Amino acid sequence: MINAYDVIETIKMIDEEHLDIRTVTMGISLLDCIRGDIKQTAELVYDKITRTAERLVPTANGIEAEFGIPIVNKRVSVTPISILGGAVECEDLTPIAIAMQKAADTLGIDFIGGFSALVEKGFTKGDLRLINSIPSALTATERVCSSVNVGSTKGGINMDAIKMLGEIILDTANRTADRDSIGCAKLVVFANAVQDNPFMAGAFHGISEPETVINVGVSGPGVVKAALEKHPDADLTAVSEIIKKTAFKITRMGQLVNNLASERLGVPSGIVDLSLAPTPAVGDSVARILEEMGVGTCGGCGTTACLALLNDAVKKGGVMASSHVGGLSGAFIPVSEDEGMIAAAESGILTLEKLEAMTAVCSVGIDMVAVPGDTTADVISAFIADEIAIGVVNTKTTAVRIIPAIGKKAGDTVCFGGLLGKAPIMPIKTASPARFIARGGLIPAPLHSLKN
Amino acid sequence: MSATTSKAIITVIGTDAVGIIAKVSGKCSEYGVNIIDITQKVFENTFAMIMQVDTAAMTVSFVEFTESMKATGKELGVVIHATHEDIFNAMHRI
Repeated sequence: MINAYDVIETIKMIDEEHLDIRTVTMGISLLDCIRGDIKQTAELVYDKITRTAERLVPTANGIEAEFGIPIVNKRVSVTPISILGGAVECEDLTPIAIAMQKAADTLGIDFIGGFSALVEKGFTKGDLRLINSIPSALTATERVCSSVNVGSTKGGINMDAIKMLGEIILDTANRTADRDSIGCAKLVVFANAVQDNPFMAGAFHGISEPETVINVGVSGPGVVKAALEKHPDADLTAVSEIIKKTAFKITRMGQLVNNLASERLGVPSGIVDLSLAPTPAVGDSVARILEEMGVGTCGGCGTTACLALLNDAVKKGGVMASSHVGGLSGAFIPVSEDEGMIAAAESGILTLEKLEAMTAVCSVGIDMVAVPGDTTADVISAFIADEIAIGVVNTKTTAVRIIPAIGKKAGDTVCFGGLLGKAPIMPIKTASPARFIARGGLIPAPLHSLKN
Repeated sequence: MSATTSKAIITVIGTDAVGIIAKVSGKCSEYGVNIIDITQKVFENTFAMIMQVDTAAMTVSFVEFTESMKATGKELGVVIHATHEDIFNAMHRI
């Protein structure tokens, strides 16, 4: 019989330490929905998504009940819509976003990702249409998520795209100003975006993926923190071991859910994204893990080193627990979605500059930060460029999800509710980078030798 | 690593009272669930029981069974989880 201690440990992880599966995400290819007419394309998109993912929510709910594992979100990711957008005879792709929203409503899923474009080396006709449609698409929908990949280690950085996105983000913020500029919380700008990511806002179904696939994103910062609390004086080698063991257990659960969902839906099993994804709930915070490791307040000196250890140990522990690891695997550090990060930002110890440094060692990037509403498009673009450069040069995924909170200033708060949480508005440097951004062009891909 | 067995684990944790085991095993019998093993202890008034059961001949769906167990727990003032065994195997066995 199973060891009683193990049983109690698992039950405790779920009941008291917020262990959950953050998302079961079904990836769906829309390549067979490409038509010349936007109305027809939108109809095909709706039909294909609702037909393919019809049983996603009931199946996930069944697994949740049977195995006692909370599955917080059910999501769908689709082929980057810019690929469909190249064929249609019109500039505005919002009708496709609306079809995605309608499909999400019909299915009862939480988010749908893939209103996306990959432009690190330049734009296609469809890419430009997609980017220009983002503000209206994100205003007209609630569950549709958008992402644009603007840089890669092999391709370099598309500064023309970054310039456009500064303006697009500001436009989106203005159009959703009555809702704390929430449109921007559903838009992420990437470097080295991954094709099998189950997490939002950056999920899309890459063109090298199969027709349909099941990807699972795990969570569990509370479990890691609880494990560390039992060893307040352990040295950092021991801390790393504890995190690895915990990550292993969390990921095994993710792999089990992935296998079950794939089997029951008759859809190939994709990857497990072994991430520590926080929520705004107390006891579900990545920042609090860093503080448990001994950094007084997240954002203080030592934070980057602790995060580097955490991120690496999570990957090492998780890798062996899963048949296929992928996505964004590691520790996420969104501000508004993490109770400890919110507190650290409110205290003024966690600044945007420190966050930027932390993103050199975390799993993704500067995520869910709110800045004053009067921030200029040039500053937003330059802020993105800095973050993208870190990813491109260091061969890692980085991203920016920034919310210019229209009508608000540093020290105020924006509130999105649910998993998106609330964010204190952080001061951002206002010195004008206008001349840099106006230059445009491509920053060439970095050299891969002479590393120092 | 997928659902391979029909075995489930029932855990009962809470304040000790008369008739907890009787009630839980009564429910199992009602649904055609066979008890394979029971570990039970009382630590200073806290009742803890772990029960391994076989659901192969169960007359209701697993979801209905877990819901019914949860409700039984509420009646008794204890917390009852009924969970497929595979989650514990996945997490704790290599």
